Amino acid sequence: MISKQEVEHIAKLARLELTEKETEKLQKDMSAVLDYFDLLKKAPKVEAEIKFLGLDNLRKDDAEFNKNIKKEEYIKVKSVFDGLN
Amino acid sequence: MDLTNLTIKQAHDGLKNKDFTSVDLTKAYLEKIKTENEEINAYLSVAEESALQEAEIADQKIKTGEFGMLCGIPCAIKDAIMVEGQKCTSASKILENYVAPYNATVIERLRAEGAVILGKTNLDEFAMGGSGENSAFGPTKNPHDKTRVAGGSSSGSAAAVAANMACYSLGSDTGGSIRLPSSFCGLAGLKPTYGAVSRYGLIAFGSSLDQIGPITKTVEDAKIVFEAICGKDKMDATSQNYKFQDSKLSLKGLKIGVPKEYFVKGIDPEVEKIIKGAIEKAKAQGAEIVEVSLPSGEFALACYYIIAPAEASANLARFDGIRYGLSEKADNLLDVYRKTKGKGFGSEVKRRIMLGTYTLSSGYYDAYYKKAQEVRALIKQDFAKAFEKVDIIFAPTSPVPAIKIGEKTEDPLSMYLMDIYTVSVNLAGLPGISIPAGKIGELPVGLQIIGKQFEENNILAVAQEMESMLK
Repeated sequence: MISKQEVEHIAKLARLELTEKETEKLQKDMSAVLDYFDLLKKAPKVEAEIKFLGLDNLRKDDAEFNKNIKKEEYIKVKSVFDGLN
Repeated sequence: MDLTNLTIKQAHDGLKNKDFTSVDLTKAYLEKIKTENEEINAYLSVAEESALQEAEIADQKIKTGEFGMLCGIPCAIKDAIMVEGQKCTSASKILENYVAPYNATVIERLRAEGAVILGKTNLDEFAMGGSGENSAFGPTKNPHDKTRVAGGSSSGSAAAVAANMACYSLGSDTGGSIRLPSSFCGLAGLKPTYGAVSRYGLIAFGSSLDQIGPITKTVEDAKIVFEAICGKDKMDATSQNYKFQDSKLSLKGLKIGVPKEYFVKGIDPEVEKIIKGAIEKAKAQGAEIVEVSLPSGEFALACYYIIAPAEASANLARFDGIRYGLSEKADNLLDVYRKTKGKGFGSEVKRRIMLGTYTLSSGYYDAYYKKAQEVRALIKQDFAKAFEKVDIIFAPTSPVPAIKIGEKTEDPLSMYLMDIYTVSVNLAGLPGISIPAGKIGELPVGLQIIGKQFEENNILAVAQEMESMLK
């Protein structure tokens, strides 16, 4: 069983506000599912490089991309540094 | 003549022979929606006005004599796929009033064919679920038995077609979300190979697993829709340059693999009987039945429920109250995020964000996420080995027929277990189709046919032959 504190810690990482009731229910549900995940401990080890779908990464040049965005197109958000901690 | 029970092929022929117009067809479906939808809850929004305009345009095109199979045929679109100018809610409160600013590539392709879009269909919120009950706007009922679920997550897409409220529909499938509701509603549902259909404009759930595909009354119809939507798209880097070619594969001499691990425990004996009966019919047509082993299959569900929520937790981070839909007021940015998500997301979505965040968090990443990626490679390898011996694989779509509404909502793990036969196909990036194989009372049971990557043509050919025998 994972602890209530762990659930609260994960919710903080996920930036998700939970009610007391939701926290309790998630503690129970997540524990059941995480127990089920223990099944994977039985799976054989894989040493080779993992490559699934025969796909290669495609990357855009960020600098090139950002150059074309005008300041008027920026999205203005609320202050970031207040209340972070 | 009831225009709403026609297949795409039949409706197309009717349009060609001038038996009726696209406007007639569209009006018939809109009428059906008016009488049936309130109870079934398949549609979240109906685009009556634009559908009729599209039908008029299609009728002009039909008059010229030059028109494709989908021209003037009314369809329904899962509300996770964007149709420009229409609401796209993903059945979530967080996107309740969100209007799509552009068309998904699949919609552009249907539009180019002259399709008529009737409206947007219900789903489990953000496509997370197997029953359709996780919708923020109420569950979809199964037209075969209204006390039961339609299956999810593409619940409304399946129920709309099964209740003759659309000629065909588009769904999306991350772990079974096209095949499972198709199985529960007695329809054909194709989950294409990863990369066969562009995901651009589909609200992302598990990006390495998601695929858009058709839900139809017949296999032939599934083929028609798939051909129209597949292929390379510059807006989706994972889409492949793929040209569909008809297959001449037939049951005679076909090697059909049956995974021995799929008939062990947890399967409803009635479902097992129907699937085994279908396999016997294939054998009678000259197919060779070969037992295959997918030993890592037992880990597939755990693997899937680590990878899909992990990807979801990243994908859904964008619904932060700044860029899309709902925005809760707060003094600082962090609280805007927290409160918006807390209020906007339903309980299953929260559960998956939490699970995904957990398995990706420091200290747990290796034991869960990394391990799941390794197991994913093993699952893919299992299929590759099986396909060295056989041409195609037959399996059940679901271990059970449609469940009662409310039956599993309190126990997420038991709900996840319904996906046991479908998730492996997504993890391995393979194509799979579910077709009706029989019924338990009023409840349809689906046969799943799985093929090699980019061999939709082969599974469709075999499915079509099976369909003719199973009717």
